[in-house]
Amino acid sequence: MTEATTSMRTTSLRLGAFAVPVACAIAIGVFGPLMGNYVSDFVVKVMILSIFALSLELLVGMTGLVSLGHAAFYGIGAYVTVLASGSEGGNLALLLPAAMGVAALYALFVGALSLRTRGVYFIMVTLAFAQMAFFVFHDTKVGGGSDGIYMYVRPAIGKLDMENRMVLFYVVLASLVFTYGLLALVRRSRFGAALAGIRVNEQRMRAAGFPVYGYKLAAFVLAGALAGLAGFLLASRDGVVNPELMAWHNSGEVLLMVILGGLGHLRGAVIGAVAFTLLKEIFSTHAVMGPLADHWQLTLGIAIIVFVALLPKGLIGLVKRLSPKEAA
Amino acid sequence: MDFGTFLVQCLNSVQYGLLLFLVASGLTLIFGIMGVINLAHGSFYMIGAYMAFALAPLFGDQFLLMLGAGVVLAAVFGYLLEWAFFSYLYQRDHLQQVLMTYGLILVFEELRSILVGNDVHGVKVPAWLDGSFALGNVMSYPWYRLFASAACIVLAAGLYWVVNRTRLGMMIRAGASNRDMVRGLGIDVKRLYRIVFAAGVALAALAGMIAAPMSSVYPNMGASVLIICFVLVVIGGIGSITGALLASLLVGFVDTFGKVFFADLAGIGIYLLMAIVLIWKPEGLMGRRP
Repeated sequence: MTEATTSMRTTSLRLGAFAVPVACAIAIGVFGPLMGNYVSDFVVKVMILSIFALSLELLVGMTGLVSLGHAAFYGIGAYVTVLASGSEGGNLALLLPAAMGVAALYALFVGALSLRTRGVYFIMVTLAFAQMAFFVFHDTKVGGGSDGIYMYVRPAIGKLDMENRMVLFYVVLASLVFTYGLLALVRRSRFGAALAGIRVNEQRMRAAGFPVYGYKLAAFVLAGALAGLAGFLLASRDGVVNPELMAWHNSGEVLLMVILGGLGHLRGAVIGAVAFTLLKEIFSTHAVMGPLADHWQLTLGIAIIVFVALLPKGLIGLVKRLSPKEAA
Repeated sequence: MDFGTFLVQCLNSVQYGLLLFLVASGLTLIFGIMGVINLAHGSFYMIGAYMAFALAPLFGDQFLLMLGAGVVLAAVFGYLLEWAFFSYLYQRDHLQQVLMTYGLILVFEELRSILVGNDVHGVKVPAWLDGSFALGNVMSYPWYRLFASAACIVLAAGLYWVVNRTRLGMMIRAGASNRDMVRGLGIDVKRLYRIVFAAGVALAALAGMIAAPMSSVYPNMGASVLIICFVLVVIGGIGSITGALLASLLVGFVDTFGKVFFADLAGIGIYLLMAIVLIWKPEGLMGRRP
């Protein structure tokens, strides 16, 4: 194959890589108003989780940093939104940056310390720091203790009132498109290339003169800010937060979404979030699972084990294995 | 705080630290030797505690006999678990180990909820360990806690002896530093791993059984102890049993005195300790620089 055809092929692949997500976003946008309450609520939930998963994909898939404490930033974003909104409701234009900013600050603190370690240590340290955030909100009265707190009026700015179901829907959709687009740009940038280099061979990148620590910290803080965005949206949707948001089960679940979809692809994080949420919904529905629905953790746990055993490359890997054309 | 209370809190710190060490040493064995990051280790502690809850009525005052029976059960359970799941995890990367053991936690937690429900249970202290030891008017201290500390010290010493002075320990240490070499020497590594894993599970379950009469038996106890163990490993340094012991005692003191002085914020004391150690020595107190 000549070089020209190779490059043509990659361009068409890249176009495909963009066309599908854009088509999906447009389809969701167009069909949004037609959805019933249950469906649109479910779609909003999945979109928020997709943003959360995408923010972790930046760390795990793009940089090779396995964080098991990502829920802390999600929870902090949500808590800041509720705590700062006051009894008359807050200004969306202030609350959103505040949620992302505080999450990013905590990510700066956690990242600065935990990135001094690597591998398994890093997994444990991120988990431990997330647990620390959990205990701060669980044990003190700051955020209503273990019961959490309610937000009485949702964030708004002018006509853009999150109390309105459709406004919420489109704000979440826009946030997802923003996150996906931003991370797609990051991937193609010099910064993204450096992160990929760090993932493949950190030693070599350091030898080549890259400030590896700084790059990793920047990725960590950006991932924290985006998780904070997801947290902001979640608080705006639910109108209530509790410490469970930061519990390590949540960190485990989002890590699972990223891997379920397929590491190293932005699509993977979104597909994983959709698949995982559907799976959980199905496992806990009495109509489908019968009495087992009460024990959805059991079925979910078994599904996870089977999934890891059989599909180490995620759903995207499965698709590739089934279509020999792309694998070749 | 008067001197007596201070003394009691010191004893509590040591006792708690030693108990944590028992759990963490099992985790260190499994991680240090087999390289598997095992999130389900806390579940073994929980299983031990529930085992004490289930077995105590059967054994009555034969507490030591109960511990023995529990350890045997836990070791068999660990042996089977290694055979069924963990033996497949060695060649996988950390990410997949994290996920699969996370799946196992969900399964264990739900099985627990199906079998014994979600209530908090108490386990009675055996009659011969009931009551307190009094030191004049200065202080009095429950016999059971003294027993727990003594048991942990005996076990820790035994563990040290096995790892450093026996042939099995030699193989374990060799296996930790160079797996292929040990295999090359004709040692059945598969069996060695299975034994080490069973021992790690038994240690965690034993800690759970010993803790049960002191801390009651409740859902989620596995997760909380697991995360403290991670903190311990980070503070002590991976693979170092001495480091794990030192870290356990430190964490025991920080946690116990934290609860006395800062009731509300006690939960984060050990994480602050971890942050300080990370700033000062990222590889842990006794860890080797990677």
